[in-house]
Amino acid sequence: MKLSNLITKRSNWVIPYVLFLILFTVLPLLLIGVYAFKSNDGGFTLQNFVKFATQSEALNTFIYSIGIALITTVLCILIGYPAAYILSNAELNRNKTLVMLFILPMWINVLMRSLATVALFDFMHLELGEGALIFGLVYDFLPFMIYPIYNTIQKIDKSYIEAAQDLGANKLQIFTKVIWPLSIPGIVSGILMVFLPTISTFAISEILTLNNKRLFGSIIQDNIMMSDTMNYGAALSLIMLIIIALTSVISNKEDDNINEGGLI
Amino acid sequence: MKKILANAYLYLLLVILYAPIAIIVIFSFTNSKTIGDWKGFSLDLYASLLTGGAQHASAISTALLNTIIIALIAASLSTILGSVAAVGIFNIKNRKVRQAIQFTNNIPMINPDIITGISLFLLFVSLGISGGFVTVILAHIAFCTPYVVLSVMPRLNRMNPNIYEAALDLGATPFQAFRKVIIPEIKPGMISGFILAFTLSIDDFAVTLFTKGSNGLETLSTYIYADARKGGLTPELRCLASIIFLTVLILLIVINRRSRKNETKTTY
Repeated sequence: MKLSNLITKRSNWVIPYVLFLILFTVLPLLLIGVYAFKSNDGGFTLQNFVKFATQSEALNTFIYSIGIALITTVLCILIGYPAAYILSNAELNRNKTLVMLFILPMWINVLMRSLATVALFDFMHLELGEGALIFGLVYDFLPFMIYPIYNTIQKIDKSYIEAAQDLGANKLQIFTKVIWPLSIPGIVSGILMVFLPTISTFAISEILTLNNKRLFGSIIQDNIMMSDTMNYGAALSLIMLIIIALTSVISNKEDDNINEGGLI
Repeated sequence: MKKILANAYLYLLLVILYAPIAIIVIFSFTNSKTIGDWKGFSLDLYASLLTGGAQHASAISTALLNTIIIALIAASLSTILGSVAAVGIFNIKNRKVRQAIQFTNNIPMINPDIITGISLFLLFVSLGISGGFVTVILAHIAFCTPYVVLSVMPRLNRMNPNIYEAALDLGATPFQAFRKVIIPEIKPGMISGFILAFTLSIDDFAVTLFTKGSNGLETLSTYIYADARKGGLTPELRCLASIIFLTVLILLIVINRRSRKNETKTTY
């Protein structure tokens, strides 16, 4: 009787998933924190963070990754914003298939896309290295910038634009005073979807620079997979997590509709 | 004029976006060691991939099989878990509890793959479970289920809540009411969720890499990564990449069609 009562109440149906989330989402993230402060003999230590701050390799890679991620993000905005604007403008484009073609590459494995970039560079007899890395990253992440901006511009209430027209605004003014400010939430989600994954990228940089330039993700990967540097790897991951949390908090203030829906 | 310029920009971007993929597909139809070296049209690479003639072919086909089995199991289980969870979340009256669950549901979608992978890796290490099929599937369920929940929720929002109550009043057991009333209503969302989960699982690289353990379990992505790391790509992998591009493309067109169909239905 008791069990059937439990099942009849439909809000209880969430319980298995809540337990699953606790075990496989919340607990693992907490474990990153636990391991980050653990020394190899099991005690509490800050040594892992001291090592990060004093050992030049990880710190330099970290700063280098942020630089590369910034360049990638800026390039994605510069290239992606006009594309998103054109796609969402009914006067310039009515073709929904075109929109889909821009979003499709998002769903192809990053690794595959990087290998495809290598193929392109080989084909054109260009050398792999920093240039290839930035090209590859922009190529990989551009759809993630276009999509949220496109979505936001599309949702702008057309009556705002008409109102601006009625009040005598010219096309440039409509853009700078109406469309641009209203599309900022889209840019913020785009930044979130480009900047963070770029820092944490690991395979892409190895493949595109023949292992010459490494991003922060590679350093994390190298350390976490070795049992004697696992705690240090966890500390590096925690630093990454803190950046994610900070960026999400800052951008959530700007962007309330980030949780609105899936990607398709 | 403005329109022509705008469209030229879009098509130029599309050409750049698809050129690398096109090159891989084109050079999968010639029997050459390196890309850029066209030796006439041939299906040799496909043949050696399929018949196992290539040196690595058996490893590749095992990896392919693993990828599909993992994706099927993970997508099925996350569809069940996610759909039941969505019904639960939908019926939670307490706003705070509901928001907390939805927030947690979003975490795997916001986190970069590497963080999801590492956090699960640490979980399995601390539980003393060595990596393999089971850990990979659990990890895939963890990052796929949120998407299933998100595909099922809109269907529930649209449903008339009285029908379920009516079924109970007419003497249906909760299980019957679920099967006969709720499932038909949320089925389109479940199917989209399943396809989405399947695609995500096939596509995954980082999470699999960290949870597969060291017992030699390889999926396509991890195999390709190992192969690329050794320097150069086995030519047969071009065929495989082409096949994957095509599969993902078809799956996405199917999802897209489905969601557009749903949209047009609701406008009536």
